[in-house]
Parts: sequence; structure tokens; C-alpha cells
Amino acid sequence: MSDSPVAVEQHGPEHLHHFVDAEQQRDAAALGMWLFLATEIMFFGGMFLAYLVYRYWYYNEFAAGSRSLDIYLGTINTAVLICSSLTVALGVRAAQMGNRKLLVILLLLTIVFGFAFLGIKGVEWYQKYEEHHIPGRSFSADDLIRDYPQIHIDPRPEQIYFSLYFAMTGLHALHMIIGVGIFVFLTYHAWKGRYTPKYYTPIEIGGLYWHFVDIVWIYLFPLLYLIDRKPLR
Amino acid sequence: MATVAVTAERENYLNKEYGIRSWLLTTDHKRIALLYLASITFFFFIGGFFALLIRLELLTPAGDLVQADTYNKLFSMHGQIMIFFFLIPSIPAVLGNFLVPLMIGAKDLAFPRINLLSWYLYVIAGVIYLHCIVTGGVDTGWTFYTPFSTAFSNTRVIEAGISIFIVGFSSILTGLNFVVTIHRMRAPGMTWSRLPLFIWAHYATSIIQLLGTPVLAITLLLVVFERAFNLGIFDPTRGGDPLLFQHLFWFYSHPAVYIMILPAMAVESEVVACFTRKRIFGYNFVAMSSIAIAVFGFLVWAHHMFVAGISLYSALIFSILSYLVAVPSAIKVFNWTATMYKGSISFTTPMLYAFGFIGLFTMGGLTGLFLAALGIDVHVHDTYFVIAHFHYIMVGGAVMGYLGGLHFWWPKISGRMYPEAWGRLAALLVFAGFNLTFFPQFILGYMGMPRRYWQYPPEFQVLNVLSTAGSTILAVGYVLPMVYFLWSMRYGKIAEDNPWGAAGLEWKTSSPPPTFNFDETPVVTWEAYNYEEIPAPAEVNVER
Amino acid sequence: MFDNFPLWPARASAGAGNIDALYIFLLALSAFMCLAIFAMILIFATMYRRRRGVEAEQIEGSTELEITWSIIPLGIFLAIFVWGAVIYFHERTPPRGASEVYVVAKQWMWKLEHQEGQREINELHVPVGRDVKLIMTSQDVIHSFYVPAFRIKQDVLPGRYTTAWFRATKPGVYHLFCSQYCGTMHSGMIGQVVVMEPALYEAWLSGGGTSGSLAASGGTLFQQLGCSTCHRSDSQGRGPNLVGIYGKPVQLEDGRTLTVDENYLRTCILSPSKNVPSGFKPIMPVFQGLVSEEQINALVAYIKSLTPSPAGGQGGLSLAPKTQYPKE
Repeated sequence: MSDSPVAVEQHGPEHLHHFVDAEQQRDAAALGMWLFLATEIMFFGGMFLAYLVYRYWYYNEFAAGSRSLDIYLGTINTAVLICSSLTVALGVRAAQMGNRKLLVILLLLTIVFGFAFLGIKGVEWYQKYEEHHIPGRSFSADDLIRDYPQIHIDPRPEQIYFSLYFAMTGLHALHMIIGVGIFVFLTYHAWKGRYTPKYYTPIEIGGLYWHFVDIVWIYLFPLLYLIDRKPLR
Repeated sequence: MATVAVTAERENYLNKEYGIRSWLLTTDHKRIALLYLASITFFFFIGGFFALLIRLELLTPAGDLVQADTYNKLFSMHGQIMIFFFLIPSIPAVLGNFLVPLMIGAKDLAFPRINLLSWYLYVIAGVIYLHCIVTGGVDTGWTFYTPFSTAFSNTRVIEAGISIFIVGFSSILTGLNFVVTIHRMRAPGMTWSRLPLFIWAHYATSIIQLLGTPVLAITLLLVVFERAFNLGIFDPTRGGDPLLFQHLFWFYSHPAVYIMILPAMAVESEVVACFTRKRIFGYNFVAMSSIAIAVFGFLVWAHHMFVAGISLYSALIFSILSYLVAVPSAIKVFNWTATMYKGSISFTTPMLYAFGFIGLFTMGGLTGLFLAALGIDVHVHDTYFVIAHFHYIMVGGAVMGYLGGLHFWWPKISGRMYPEAWGRLAALLVFAGFNLTFFPQFILGYMGMPRRYWQYPPEFQVLNVLSTAGSTILAVGYVLPMVYFLWSMRYGKIAEDNPWGAAGLEWKTSSPPPTFNFDETPVVTWEAYNYEEIPAPAEVNVER
Repeated sequence: MFDNFPLWPARASAGAGNIDALYIFLLALSAFMCLAIFAMILIFATMYRRRRGVEAEQIEGSTELEITWSIIPLGIFLAIFVWGAVIYFHERTPPRGASEVYVVAKQWMWKLEHQEGQREINELHVPVGRDVKLIMTSQDVIHSFYVPAFRIKQDVLPGRYTTAWFRATKPGVYHLFCSQYCGTMHSGMIGQVVVMEPALYEAWLSGGGTSGSLAASGGTLFQQLGCSTCHRSDSQGRGPNLVGIYGKPVQLEDGRTLTVDENYLRTCILSPSKNVPSGFKPIMPVFQGLVSEEQINALVAYIKSLTPSPAGGQGGLSLAPKTQYPKE
């Protein structure tokens, strides 16, 4: 693209020409990412609404299903994500300070945490597969009915709990995978020295996205894992 | 050939670069607008073709043109194509993309590459939908109601769902781009209260696109998951609730209708101001009414569900809210009409479409009052009355707004004038054909003819024949602009910078504009619609 | 009006007149508004068409006008809302003592069963002047029971009951349509409502062979399925006594209080763990998949018959068809 006839300003290669200045570009990017996160809230919101309704109707089934999840793995995953948000936040700071090496390390750590989360999630899903808790033809709630004789569990809506479990954690995991991909991209460019204290917007908005995915998990964890963990009456 | 320029053409966004790569890899909002123009026109004609088949089948009471399953696919796909691949993008993706930066004095949208991405998402979704059509189509109605769509339909529901999911993202990204652009990239002096009403309306539209479309996305995704992975979220035999689907679906699909009409209202304001040569009466009210429509539009979704099995009290609340949302639209109609008072009115093609818009939108909007009345809705819900109502607004309103806008800004977009006489003829044909097609459907609806009926009792035939006759006239009216717009690109009169003498920054640059829109960034010191300062063009259709 | 070219549906129910009245009012209002706006536009377009030497007058606006033309329409809209709401309230509140018809919709037919046991497919015979309440469910997808001449419509859902009611006022044969798209033969899922003079209706009723009233067959089923083992009428059973419970509130184990209506009973039969009355254990077996929709209807009708109704409506366990009309 040719330069516009307006006076040529001093700017780096990342300044896009349709913006008046770097500040406008940065503001636009931040606003854009916040708006995108708003759309993501609406997206997940649909599933949260379904969860709300069905948990109210089928409390026993939801409680039993929730107890069948591995709370240790879930807690570890929560800790993993919180740590990853820490590395992201520190990474933004490293970028602000111009510390390229530290930035790269922190971004790599974030990716490692991301993979750890996904790996543990995979293990949990495999557990569900073994326990016949994947909705569909081979679904069976017999183990839950046996384990919790003091409450009445209807196997059909039990499938709804697990349908929501897989839909919600599945879409969350998909967002994590995308997040990891974004961070691979950021790490590569950070290593190439592209981010300076004057221009680290991609780190900032990538960080915003990552924090959002983390926050979704912070909601998912209690809603899915912590329904009625006290001893059943 | 005297109409072809002899002198060296100024450099503009059209002639700056040639070749397919320069188009397919462009980030220029104006070129992207034209890419969208081509693709949505393509889908418009496919959706229109399905409509013609539907109307042909309905010439006779018996189902004798196509089989029942085929008919069910025809109306389902007509609806999905027209809504998701034509109406929702139409004005925002073509006129909005082209004009928003120009109107606010910016060089481009905030995120030009995301703009291009949104077009590619549209195309990918379109290709998937075309594949869906040729491999069997989808027969769930455009509304995908469960459990029919999840557990009973034998058609390509997953493919259609994925396609619409993707095109939804195209819509979200367009909205996102507009909101950021309008907030952050206005030229110096372009305050919020100096913005053209076109921008206000597109801003409101974009908010709806941003907040509403994701809910459709998750809803369709859950339907796809249910079919593909046997999840049981909407399955009544497993304790699922079919009404949950309807709530989620309509939470988007009602605001969606405002995505379709607000941009047409945007065009209406610009055209009426120009061809009455005055500022729009009640600028603040018209601007705020767009925001009010966007906000209230999110609160009325269950008026599509009055007989679905919701509680009585729910129904009461949604009915009263539906009356509230009607008020801002009424305000707009009154303001446009008031603008004509003591104006200086020309009857150009865009203005003819604008007149048509007010008339047909008013009729469609008034019939909305019928539907919001609980007692009436019980009788006419799911009948041809509803079909007539929404076609009056979406076709009589939105499509006429779109065509009016295309004609109004055609000189700016292409650098050529379209042939005025043909333009007026087409406008009149569209208006006449439209009314003949859809007015009888109000009567059919009150008489009790349900919608989505492949065959019907014989006493409904006469009105159906009238409706089909109208649709053929309407079709001609739609084909004409395609022909003469294309003709004009080569043989049309060369347009000046401001052939209509219109207000607005887009008219201060050349027709067509240069790639970066303005030779120098404008600095705005005047209010919107400053027609007292703009001389009327000498020759625009002065009454003889 | 015209025989082959009617423009208005027949009016054959007690409620139809009210709905038509509101419709005509809205038609008049719309016609008036359209004429007013179109006339103004026409007048302005003529008076203020562009002429040489005549400039447009720039008018900013008028807050008074804006408020006026916001408040007045809003007032009219609210009036319409109230009128429509009153009609709807009436439509959704079946009167006590209405005779009941159970409707099961399936792709692509209507199955109806009268209280007296009479079964019909795609046809509904009713006498003039009697309140009729429809208790409807679907075996598969969502359908909708629509009788234009009565101005009634109600979606019919799988997994629960929905109700509608009417009182036919004119003998004749009227369209019954399915009005919620339900698949291939949605447009073929039509039938008729046959409204007869009371005497002819009686004759029709006793004409066909029935196997006893719906409630009676429900009673038989109640024994056959073993319900009576736990639901004893002497309150010694492991399940609650069902005599006299219909229409009354019941407190559940989880603290909620519900009213015993058709949907409540249906849920108890199909998903008993959802509605455990307080003081009882959640031990009732699940009957989902073991009983058809028609059987559920029969059981519900039987349980209702265990509660005497104030207007002497549904009647008790008598096997003879009841002959009862409201004093009209």
C-alpha cells in the first residue's frame, strides 16, 4: 500500500496506514477484543441458560453426575489455568518492560500450562468414556443409581447433565486450543523481537482472550464439579 | 461511445489495481463491499428462485408441482437463504462497508483484514450451504424447531446448521468492525451529534449483531451436537425441553429482524433528507429511536411463542413489551413524513423507493400490532397473516431500502449513473408486484390458511393465484436493476462527485473515491444535513 | 359472502366474536393510520415538489410534536394490549365443568378420545353449546391444534399436556388444521370439527361401539399396572391416596408446592422422582416407555374422576355414557 499524501510520520512497520496514529490503533485493537469477548459471553451464555433450567428441574441427576467427576483433576486444572493467567499477566509486564527473553519464557510457560490443562481434560473425558457416561447408545447411569441409593435418579435426564458437561467443557477446550495456537504465534514473534514497549498490543489482547477463557473455566468448575459435594442425605 | 471517458481517468479504488488477486486479497472496504454485493446477489436469486417454485406450487390447492418433501425443503431453504445469506448482510455488508468510513471521514474500517475475513467466512458458509442444497437440502423450516430437527428430519440439518453458524460469524465480525470504527476513527470535528443518521442506525444494528448472533451460534451448535453426537439437550424422551430451543432461537431471531430493518431505515433517512433538501425532522429522536429499537428488541422474543406453551403471565409480559418496541419505529415514520413538510421534493428512483418504504413499512408495522395482541395472535399465529406481515417489513421495507440505497449511492460506488427512467419503472414494478403478492396473504391468514402448507383447501385458491401473479411482476422488478446496473458500468453517464447535491462526507470526494477515500483528512465544522449550504444540482429531475 | 371465494372465516364459537371485534378495530385503526400518513405524504409531495426558486425550509424538529406522537400511539397500543390480554386470559382459562376430550397428535394424524370412550381419528364431534376442553399431547414432534372457525390454536408438545377450550355455537363442519410444521405431511394433517345439535350428538355417541368411558378404562389399567397396590384409598398404602386430590395443592419433599393438574399427574407417572410428595419415599417405579399416550390419558382421566367435580362434570366411575349439558 502506498503512503497517503498526508505528512509521513515516524512509525514502525506494524503501524497500519488507515490509522491516524499508534494510539488510535492500540485503542481500536483493545476495544475490538473487549467487544469480541462480549460476544463470547453471549455464546457461552446460551449453555449456561440451558444448565440453569435443567439443574433446577433435575437436581438429583445433576448432583449425582457432578459427584462422578474427578474433583482432584478438576481442581488441579483450575490451579493450572490460574497459574497460566499469572504467566500471561507477567508476560504483558515483561513486554512493557522490553524484556524479550522473559517474555518468551512466560509465553512458553503459558503454552505448557495450556497443554497440561488439555491433557488432564483428555484424561477426564477418557474416564467418562470408561464409566459409560458419554450420552448416547452406550450410556448407562446404573453405577450412579447404585452408588446413591438414597436419592432417586432417573437415567434419562442424567444424560442431559452429561450432554451439558461435554458441550460446555468441549467448547471450552476448543477455545483453549485456539488460545494455545494464538500463543504459539505470539511466542514466535516475541522471539523474533517484534514486541517492544512501544508496541505490544498483540500480547495485551492475546492476554485478554486467555484471561477470558480462564474465567469461563472458573465458572464451569463449580457449576459442573461442585454441585452438592457434601455428603448426600 | 461518448459516455466513455476520453481523458485520463483519475486514480480511484476501482482502477488502482486490476486482476483477480487484487480483488480477492483486497483489504479496501470499498472493494470488499463489492465482493459482498456480488455474493449476496447470487444468493438472492437462488432464494428468489425457490420462492417462485413455492408460488407456482401454490397456484393449485393440490400438491401437484413438486412432492411434499421437496416443498418443505423449498420453503425452509428460501427462508434460510434470504435471511442469513441475503437480508442480514445486505445493507450493512454492501452499503455499510462502503460508506461507514467515508461518512465519518476515515480511511478504512478499523480492521480491514477482519473485514476481508468476514467476506471469506460468508463465502465458505455459502459454499457449504450450496453443497447442502445439492445433496438433499434441509426441511426443518428456517426455524429448526426441535425435536423435529434433532430427532426426526432426514435431511442435511447438520450441514445447514454449520453453514449458518459460520455465516453468523461473518455477521458478528462486520458488527464488531463498525462499532470500533465509529467509536475510534471519526474525523476531527465529527462529533456524535454530527453523525449522519445512517451511522447511528448502523451502530445500533452492529450492537445487535454482536450480542445476538452468538446466541444463535450456540443454539445451532447444540442442535448439531445433538444430531451428530446424540447429546440429549432438547430431546423430550430424555427429559429435554423443546421450548428451551425456542427461547434460545428466538432470543437471537427476534433482534435479527431489527438487524434487517434498521439499516433500511438508515438509508431512508439519507435519501429523504437529500430529496427533500432538508435536515431530517427530529434528528435526536430518530437517532435515539435506533438505539431504543436495539435495546427493546432484545426483550420481546417470546412473542413468537404465545401459543407454544409458555405461561399466561409470560405471554402478558412479552405482549406489552412488544407494544413498547413499536413506538420508536412509529416515531421514525412520523419524522420522515414531517421532513417532507416544506421541503423541495424530487422524484428520483431512490426517492420513489423511499416513498414505497414508508408506505409498506407502515403497513407491515401496523400488522405487527395485530400480532402483538394476544387474543388475535392465537388465531393468526403460524398462518399466512404472519408471512404477509414479515414480508411487508423485510421485502417491502428492507429490500426496498436496499434497492433505494443502491441507486442513491450507485454514482459514488461505480462512478456512473444508472438510467433513471428504467430505475423508476423498476421501482414501480417492485411496489405493484409486491402488494399484489402479499396483500392477499393477510386475508388468507385471517381465514385460517396455515403456513408451510404444500396443499390447501380449495376455498383458498383465488387469493393464492393473485399472490402468485404478483410474484411474477415482482420478479421482473428485481431483475431489471441487475441488468441496468451492469449496463451502466460500461455505458452509463459518468457521474460527478455529487450528482444529487447531497450532504455527507462521502459526497465530498470523487465518484468513485480514491483508495484511501480522501485526499486530505476532512475536518468537520458543520452539522449533519446542512442542506441550506449545499446548492441543489441544476438538472436533477426538476418538475417541468 | 362469496361461496367459493370467502374472505372471512366462519364464526362458530362463543369466543370468535370477541376476537373478530378486536380485529375489526385494528383494521379500522390501521386503515385510518395508513390513510392519514399516505394522504400527508401525497399532499406534501404535491405541495412541496421541487420548483425553481423555492428553497426548502430547514426545520430542526419539535419536541412537543415528538412527545405527542409518542404518547398517543403508546396509549392506543396499551389499550390494544389490554383488550388482547383480556381475550387471551379468557381463552386460556377453561371453565369448570367443561367436558374433556383427550387429543394425541402424531405424524400425521389427530387421535381424539372423548370422556365417554368414543374414539375418533382426524374428526371431532361436539354438541352445540357445550364447553369442551382439549387435553393434548404429542407422540413425536410439536404439532398445533388449530380450528379457524373457533379462533383457537394451541401447540401440542411431546412430553407434556397443553390445553385449549371452546364452546361451539353453530352447527356445521369446520376445518381442523395442524399449524406447527411437523414434517412431510404437515399439510395433510387436517380434519374437521363436526358441531351437531345436542340430540344428533347423543345419537352419534350411542351409535358407535365404545368400550366404556375413558375414566373406566383408566380404572382397569390402574389395577392391571399394579398402581392400586401402593395407591390405596385407605391411606395405608406406600403411595399417596389419590381420592380427592385433583385440583388441590400438594406439598413436595423438596419444599415446592404444586397443584395437581394433568401435567402433574403425567409427570408422576413418567418421572416420579421429580414430584415426590412430602412424607413419602421416592420408590414409585418409572412408567416411561411402558404406557402409551392413550393409556396415560386414560389413567389421568381415572384419577381425575376420583375427585368429585363441583358442577357434576366428569362424573365418577359409572360405565354408562353421561348425558349432561350446561343449562344454556
